[in-house]
Amino acid sequence: MKSGKRGFWLVTTAVLSVSLLFGCTGGKGTPSEAGNPEPGKGGETAKKTITVTFRDDGIGENGAFYKWLKEVSASYPDKSVEIKPTPIQASEGDYFAKVALALKSKDTAPDIVTEDTFILNSDASAGYLEPLDEKLAAWEDWGNGSFIEAMKKGVTASDGKVYGVPYNTDSRGLWYNKDIFKQAGLPEDWQPKTWEDVLSAARTIKEKTPDVVPIWMNMGKATGEATSMQTYEMLLYGTGERLYDDAGSKWITKSQGILDALTFVETVNKEKLGPPLSKVLNGQAGNTASREYLPQGKLAISLDGSWITGNYMESGAAPWPEYKDVLGFAPMPTSQGQDPGSITLAGGWALSIPSHSKNIDEAWAFIQYALNKENTQKLVMASGNITVRADVAKDPEYTKMPFNEIATEYLKNAEFRPAQEKYPEVSTQIQTMVESVATGTSPADAMNKYAQDVTRIVGADHVVEK
Amino acid sequence: MSSLSVDVYPKRKKSYTWLFFLLPSIAIMLVFFVYPILLTFFYSFTNLALTGEAARELKFIGFDNYARMFQDPTVRISIWNTLIFLIGSAVIGQQVLGFLIALLMKQRNKTFRRVIGTIVLAGWVTPEIVCALCLYSFFGDEGTLNAIITFFGFSEVTWLFTVPMLTIILANIWHGTAFSMLVFQAALDDVPNEIEEAAVVDGASKWKIFTRIIVPYIKGTITTNMMLVTLQTLGVFGLIYAMTGGGPGNSTTTLPIFMYNQAFVNYQLGYGTAISLLLLLIGIVLSLLYIRSMKE
Repeated sequence: MKSGKRGFWLVTTAVLSVSLLFGCTGGKGTPSEAGNPEPGKGGETAKKTITVTFRDDGIGENGAFYKWLKEVSASYPDKSVEIKPTPIQASEGDYFAKVALALKSKDTAPDIVTEDTFILNSDASAGYLEPLDEKLAAWEDWGNGSFIEAMKKGVTASDGKVYGVPYNTDSRGLWYNKDIFKQAGLPEDWQPKTWEDVLSAARTIKEKTPDVVPIWMNMGKATGEATSMQTYEMLLYGTGERLYDDAGSKWITKSQGILDALTFVETVNKEKLGPPLSKVLNGQAGNTASREYLPQGKLAISLDGSWITGNYMESGAAPWPEYKDVLGFAPMPTSQGQDPGSITLAGGWALSIPSHSKNIDEAWAFIQYALNKENTQKLVMASGNITVRADVAKDPEYTKMPFNEIATEYLKNAEFRPAQEKYPEVSTQIQTMVESVATGTSPADAMNKYAQDVTRIVGADHVVEK
Repeated sequence: MSSLSVDVYPKRKKSYTWLFFLLPSIAIMLVFFVYPILLTFFYSFTNLALTGEAARELKFIGFDNYARMFQDPTVRISIWNTLIFLIGSAVIGQQVLGFLIALLMKQRNKTFRRVIGTIVLAGWVTPEIVCALCLYSFFGDEGTLNAIITFFGFSEVTWLFTVPMLTIILANIWHGTAFSMLVFQAALDDVPNEIEEAAVVDGASKWKIFTRIIVPYIKGTITTNMMLVTLQTLGVFGLIYAMTGGGPGNSTTTLPIFMYNQAFVNYQLGYGTAISLLLLLIGIVLSLLYIRSMKE
């Protein structure tokens, strides 16, 4: 009798424990919170849900993209689908990793995803994205010149196929505070011709207005792509050098241009013309500069992107109605003032369809609507970006926005980052290199380390020294 | 007695009931421990990546990840940082401080023990990320510490930038000391008062009592606690990541931070898994050392 009872408990315990195990593994099958709520599962003609994943930089439903998406989906004529925002709240760097993870699996892939053009090529070669060429061929807007031709380059991967529809772009330059310039006795209409002009203006500011940070450039690993693109590449491309030698298909790992660019970073820090390192090596550095220091009159010059004015609009993160009059946007000069005189890098974002999306056709239909002239214009105007559509660029409402015309004009000399699959990895080496110079390593040593690391990443056959 | 042993013996012989009882836990271990480790081991020999060509096509690349690890100077820096962090915050900080607090609280009155105990425990019950944010704002440029020292007329120090390793070590001590304190409290309470009293009668000094009676008595606890604290500290990620992000430069990049950066910032999951195995290896080696020292 007793042993019978024991046997009963034994079996029960075993069964319970094992069923617990199954409970655990069963969890895998259910969609994660960021993923798809399994659209149209119940055989009825339920509404199809189109999920749209984008980056929320911390302001949630007040974000420009979020608001725009809500507005556009409310006016979307096809009522048989429901557009559901599935934002990822993350820093810029984490966003790409989280998106890549989400795109890997059928259970978590959204139907539409916003892709930075710099990672688009990598995600495309990973097979995460759906090529759109056939669909684009049938879309009137794409073929009739509505989109600026040069912008199509940014969404074309190395296999020659197009993987996204661009919705904004940007240019970079020197933002400066005219009030501080006036105090320091510098011209309010500032047009530096060489790097030396930029540095001497910064020195004057340091001398005349000691409480103000003269010049801010992102220099840390924590600011990720902002360090690579807004700072290093703006400098490097201004020396006439490039990251990647297209003709020889090789990454340039050592050159005078690299040294010059790093020396500029070194000078700014050695002469204490930049922000305190504890502020600039922080992941929030970009926001600190654009949302605090610049509007509060604590910063004179900021090497940054054209989009920062998005912060200052009424709906932005740091409303500042006076920005129109106080700020100036000067082109970043080339190192010695050589041709073309000034330089900018252009990036931008696109809407792509993941290959694991379950509603590719519906997603495509929505993209066509969301990125028509009217809706694109709403988005770029709310976010302070530059348009990729030629018809929007001509629209008086768009051109009357402060700085839009000038920022668009800089695009004439715009350079793009190499459309190379290895770029994101090389970019993190750039950030390491820039941060090490900012913290005291000599430019030559930093460049040698960069050369080593890049060689390891892309292979010795794909690098060249100049 | 003898009849009992005769009764039990044949029963043991005929059955493997123990195995049956263990099955659920073995299954759990297999699924959640052995399988992931084997998988990690396998992936460390591949080019597994989060994005790019390699994400589409998994390739076996032999020992490339390990070769890369030995050539990578950042790995050496990370190992070094991990050891400093480990010794500073776990071995010296949590262990010694926890022991001291426990020792000083021994045989004090209840209220005293309760108040001090609760205060120390507060650091431990605080979730890691909350703890990181608290200490970030304590050490920050406009933080509490700077407010205090400027009040006394000293100039501000950028703690997180000038002495980043010290700040994360202090943070981890603040966060984790309570654990060691609790463990040692329990152990010290087990040291019989009679032995101590006898030693006092025999004329032993306080130091002698400490080194000859208390420490040998709780030696096992010291080793066990050392092992637990070491393993906890080896894996600390959130605290460091939130406070310094591994920077400035690489000055607080420990192996977990380095692993994360390789896997999720550089998208090299294969390389990241190889680093995680290095971390596992370090943990195993240290644990074995502790266990051996306990046997001696």
